Amino acid sequence: MTKPKSTSRMEANLPGPEDIHRQVLPNGIVVLCRSNFNSPSVVISGYIQAGSLFDSDEKLGLADFTARAMMRGTEKRDFQQIFDALESCGASLGFSSGAHTTGFSGRALVEDLPLLMDLLAEAIRMPMFPTRQVEKLRAQLLTGLAIRAQDTSDMASLTFDQIVFENHPYSRPEDGWPQTIQAITRGDLVRFHQKHLGPRGMVIVIVGAVEAGLALEQIERVLGDWRNPRQPESPVLPPLKPLIQSVTRKVTIPGKFQSDLVIGASGPKRLDPEYIPASLGNSILGQFGMMGRIGEVVRERAGLAYYAYSSLNAGIGPGSWDVAAGVNPGNVEKAAGLIQKEIARFVKKGVTADELADSQANFIGRLPLSLESNAGVANALLNIERHNLGLDYYRRYPNMVKVVTPEQVVEVSRKFLHPDKLAVAVAGP
Amino acid sequence: MNDSITRTKLSNGLQILLKEIHTAPIISHWAWYRVGSKDEQTGRTGISHWVEHMQFKGTPQYPASVLDKAISREGGMWNAFTYLDWTTYFETMPADKIDLALRLEADRMYNSLYDPKEVASERTVVISEREGSENEPLFLLSEAVQHAAFRVHPYHHEVIGDLADLKSISRDDLYNHYRTYYQPNNALIAVAGDFDTRRMLKLLRELYGDFPAGPHLQRLSRAEPASSGEHHLTVEGPGETTYLEVAYRSVAGSHPDFYPLSVLDSLLAGPSNLNMFGGGGISNKTSRLYRALVEKELAVAVNGGLTTTLDPFLYSIMITVHPSRKPAQALAALDGEIKRIQDELASPEEIARAIKQARAIFAYGSENITNQAFWLGYAEMFATYDWFTSYLHKLAEVTPKDVQRVAQAYLRSQERVVGTYLPTGSGGSQ
Repeated sequence: MTKPKSTSRMEANLPGPEDIHRQVLPNGIVVLCRSNFNSPSVVISGYIQAGSLFDSDEKLGLADFTARAMMRGTEKRDFQQIFDALESCGASLGFSSGAHTTGFSGRALVEDLPLLMDLLAEAIRMPMFPTRQVEKLRAQLLTGLAIRAQDTSDMASLTFDQIVFENHPYSRPEDGWPQTIQAITRGDLVRFHQKHLGPRGMVIVIVGAVEAGLALEQIERVLGDWRNPRQPESPVLPPLKPLIQSVTRKVTIPGKFQSDLVIGASGPKRLDPEYIPASLGNSILGQFGMMGRIGEVVRERAGLAYYAYSSLNAGIGPGSWDVAAGVNPGNVEKAAGLIQKEIARFVKKGVTADELADSQANFIGRLPLSLESNAGVANALLNIERHNLGLDYYRRYPNMVKVVTPEQVVEVSRKFLHPDKLAVAVAGP
Repeated sequence: MNDSITRTKLSNGLQILLKEIHTAPIISHWAWYRVGSKDEQTGRTGISHWVEHMQFKGTPQYPASVLDKAISREGGMWNAFTYLDWTTYFETMPADKIDLALRLEADRMYNSLYDPKEVASERTVVISEREGSENEPLFLLSEAVQHAAFRVHPYHHEVIGDLADLKSISRDDLYNHYRTYYQPNNALIAVAGDFDTRRMLKLLRELYGDFPAGPHLQRLSRAEPASSGEHHLTVEGPGETTYLEVAYRSVAGSHPDFYPLSVLDSLLAGPSNLNMFGGGGISNKTSRLYRALVEKELAVAVNGGLTTTLDPFLYSIMITVHPSRKPAQALAALDGEIKRIQDELASPEEIARAIKQARAIFAYGSENITNQAFWLGYAEMFATYDWFTSYLHKLAEVTPKDVQRVAQAYLRSQERVVGTYLPTGSGGSQ
């Protein structure tokens, strides 16, 4: 009979320097691998240093359009051939762009890893951007934008970003606007790809039923000799001016039965020392249990919303810290009032030792759950590499969480959340 | 993958399925109740789902919001779902913390309070949930199609229920529904993960062994009569995008025709992903409908949906119509592809491909202990766990003639519902 594993063994199961294999190729590509022979599949994911920060305002969405168009045909295979190769073996692969990077992720049974690598490299190195396929994709992107314009949650988030990140590139949606997608030509896609996609700063993670040495061989085989001498440096972000007063903006979308609210401000960067205290604060505010204090007040007590929660979004540049809720249009003001009152209480009174201990326990206890699957581990490795956290990060993480104090949490919340300097975005009828 | 499980039933009728998995120090525990929207009469639609909400509102031992906080404190992940045939509650915890989850579920099988104040507050929450769904054109369309497809059978309404009933259901209605269906002889406990079977069984017997069996349940049973003809409907609403949903009467999950229908769906619209966890499925760009509709620019997307139910439900094909096309054009192309698969045998290669896709999707799902635990109970809701373990094998027995036969038997336009969502905003196609 086997006994359940002890806590120390639980922590030893977390990825660390002895089971994460990291290597930098001569052309700059960083490769991370971790083997997992418990399932016969393999996940690849990663990013390239080409995102919407390179897009002009007039052609916003170019990086993302290019990313999605790369799989529409290559020098070796046309669109149907690419997807026939993938779908015949139950594999998947896709690209999309954010502000800083173009990301990709794929999955296959391990016997199809060489094929997946071939297709990844083909799409990255030799896309053809066939005209008809580009136009089909354009119609799909435009339909997606028409749907976005009708989505109260998407539009509230988008409007929130426009307020908080005014005059900063983060105010712009990576998928652009209908008029900007219409303005992009095939030539633009070709030029964007040729100029911006290159191996410098590229990261590839492979997790699954494959030895690190074999995984590395696969990557070297298809991407080892890739160069792009034209690849530019990543753009520098301008400083962000925080809000000096509260700003409310509403987007009217007729015919809807629910309005969406997003209320908050900018937040720390991922590498700021405030990040972990802010995360814990965010957990208390609107995540822990049934959506924390916000859930308690807006859903449990007032019955105003099926969902009401807070998020901390922290990346390479300044992030955001916000509360989101979906409410009946007649309750928007009431819900907004409750949320703002709760934020004010949070920064004024701070958090109790018990509340903090609960969230600390949650952060530490859930680690093995988030690192159980190949996809979970792949995300964790990407996270380590993107922010240079160190291969032993997940071993050190529990302690980094344990040492945070209630005083640190309240200090960090007061730094970012000012009750009279909040962005309030509403989308609804 | 080792498929050996322990299966037992207590004298009060409680079913237990256990599967040891020692790849990670995690345990996932699920409590399934055989009650869903199918058990709801007119006037009480949405009651099973609302009961699910009320199950988080406290017992004497674990007052409201203590329950979810207790799980979160241990680093656990939890959720609950209500569907047509069942309601389920799960907790995935670090292995050494699972006792809490076991106790919580045993406690709330009988001891939920249904405090009237909590009922009142949750009424508006459930209505808010419904309003959020009503914001989605596809929900409005699906609801209309489902209603048209099932005039008699209680599959005719959405799990969330109708607003009229959400406004009028009383505390006592909820409590009676709970006490009727939340009984050990109507329940199943499934656990997968890093535990010892004998110890787990002992714990479960201690928790549930003394519970008395509930009375035999009288099920609401109203078979849907055969359809009298093709049914067209239109839903109008805001937006710019036109959608088509074409729904055919399907088969029960346990029916032998489910396997050839699953292959048929793969060929037409790409493979379905039946896993609840474990990541997304795979693309469908080489499927017949994608090639005939999306590649030909009649649509910008097409999806098929086959689901496993106790009684026959629907096989639905959802089409996002191209902005410069009319829905009739997309429908004509769909009809062309259905005729083709009815008239011409699919090749053995196409079928082998569908099977490999299913094999890959199951492999992806197997990495995740929560998903493995999910399957233990889910399969028992419409069949048995053997359904899951033999699925790929049964799929491999499907022949081109089987696919043709089910295409002819089930994809008859005389028995389908065609729903169109027409946007009333600018640019809507007529």
